[in-house]
Amino acid sequence: MSYLCESRILELEEIARQLRIESIKMIYKRGSGHPGGALSAAEIIAVLFFDTLNLDPKNPKWEDRDRFFLSKGHASAVLYAAMSKRGFFPEEDLTHWGELDCHLQGHPDRVKTPGIEMSAGPLGHGLAVGAGNAMAARKTGKKYRTYVLLGDGEIQAGIVWEGANVAAKYHLNNLTAILDYNDVQLDGAVHDIMPLDPLADKWRAFNWHVIEINGHNIRQIREALDTAGEIHNQPTIIIAHTTKGKGISYMENDARWHGAVPKPDQYEQALVELKRGGNYDE
Amino acid sequence: MMSDIPQREAYGHALAAYGEVNPKVVVLDADTSSSTLTHFFGSKFPDRFYNVGIAEPCMVDFGVGLSLGGFVPFVNAFAAFLSLRAVEQVRTCVAYAETNVKLVGHYAGVSDYKDGPTHNCVVDLAVMRSLPNMTVIVPADNHQIVQWIPVIAEYEGPVYFRMSRDKSLLVHPVDVKPVIGKAVTLREGSDVALIANGAMLGRTLLAADRLAQMGIQSRVVEVHTLKPLDVDAICEAAALTGAIVTAEEHTIIGGLGSAVAEAIAEHYPVPLQRVGIMDRFPVTAKDAELLMDYMGLSVDDIVKAATEVIQRK
Repeated sequence: MSYLCESRILELEEIARQLRIESIKMIYKRGSGHPGGALSAAEIIAVLFFDTLNLDPKNPKWEDRDRFFLSKGHASAVLYAAMSKRGFFPEEDLTHWGELDCHLQGHPDRVKTPGIEMSAGPLGHGLAVGAGNAMAARKTGKKYRTYVLLGDGEIQAGIVWEGANVAAKYHLNNLTAILDYNDVQLDGAVHDIMPLDPLADKWRAFNWHVIEINGHNIRQIREALDTAGEIHNQPTIIIAHTTKGKGISYMENDARWHGAVPKPDQYEQALVELKRGGNYDE
Repeated sequence: MMSDIPQREAYGHALAAYGEVNPKVVVLDADTSSSTLTHFFGSKFPDRFYNVGIAEPCMVDFGVGLSLGGFVPFVNAFAAFLSLRAVEQVRTCVAYAETNVKLVGHYAGVSDYKDGPTHNCVVDLAVMRSLPNMTVIVPADNHQIVQWIPVIAEYEGPVYFRMSRDKSLLVHPVDVKPVIGKAVTLREGSDVALIANGAMLGRTLLAADRLAQMGIQSRVVEVHTLKPLDVDAICEAAALTGAIVTAEEHTIIGGLGSAVAEAIAEHYPVPLQRVGIMDRFPVTAKDAELLMDYMGLSVDDIVKAATEVIQRK
């Protein structure tokens, strides 16, 4: 665990802000995408890709790299923005997202895009796949860690809990899940559609170590990731409380922005608000 | 003796033996290892064996993760549950993602006669064949099962391998190495072509003997790989005989009969008759062989189809 100084926090906050701007630009240009869940995950992705993950963008198959699985694949915009900024592919590619000959698919595709660890889209796969990958790391004596970013609506799927069982059975402490808990899904509020509470208790009952944080607070994200790396005998889930559509006033906490595209005037407003930046420590 | 043991037993022993040769092989099961007989592997290599409980979708995804980490997972479950309950995992994380996962569907066809229609599986091949990137293999006998295991393990990519719970007639010598996508002609004849795979291949050879006694010479072709399909061998059989019968332990919709029909309709149309399960669910029975007969898969059914299709030439 290393100390995260204030200037580094400011840098990562700035990266998160840029990832939000880039995500909205991409979604607006393409005319489709999922802004709400991309915006809620911006700090989490920023800390992972620009601080925690041990990666080599020039050698995306480097065998000792940390593995990141975006299980909530619809947040692809913020992942693509981070990966291009990190150098996995040219930023120019982002402007071609969704075009027929562009490697960037609607949801991440491990075959087409360098650095994508696993294809995703149908919700629920990441945890069981990540558990298998973490097991492979242990068996091969590799020190790399496996990270899985889950959505909150996603964990309504039974397969997630099957994966949770397996990870706990094999004591996969080299596996860290992060839950982007923004409490909004496609059809409305998660707590209305299919409540998750008592959420932390559920994960504890599945023999996971649980850390709850503010998912927009860079220091809390980083410290939780560090702590997860020191847990013995258990996988860890970081329940990151977030705001869907974070940073754009009219999108925040509004299910209509799960998969909608801003109109031109809304787009201009979004850019103004994101460029101004917000207080991510709320 | 290979002729005395069921396919699953030949598979279980062969997989355990191959585990010594290939340290990358890991084996997964979903609380059926005493049925699929992967427990032979499991007791020999406990640290390379994962029993995930009754969670076939999770087993597929967990296997995918192991494959991403460099292992060659053999993922075992009853065909009915692997090809249906876990099909979205198979579609997304194996076929679409092009992961190096070997799916082994056990108790396929009607071989799980005593558990009944829910545990029989006569649709798995239709499901698996429709998935891009999937290689689909239906081995005929125990000798071939032993030979197939290294072939599919060393092939890079998704494979579906179909296992019967029951015995099947030995039709191949012990040491013939199969080639993915390459059909095998087992008998020459010019009156009719009989195309079969799996447990139906032995029955088809018996039917060919019976037909020979009637003065009808059959060309018998084993299409063990449903995908990629050996279209050339099928068209060659069509050209040499002018009439085809297919025989499969599967619904006639989407399996071998369909694949052959598609191939010859486009490339070499000749009369075709399909022996298979006629778009209905099987029933519970006291014996697998009897159930196959009951479901329209008897040697008589193949002989009858051959004599009928010849009339249509």
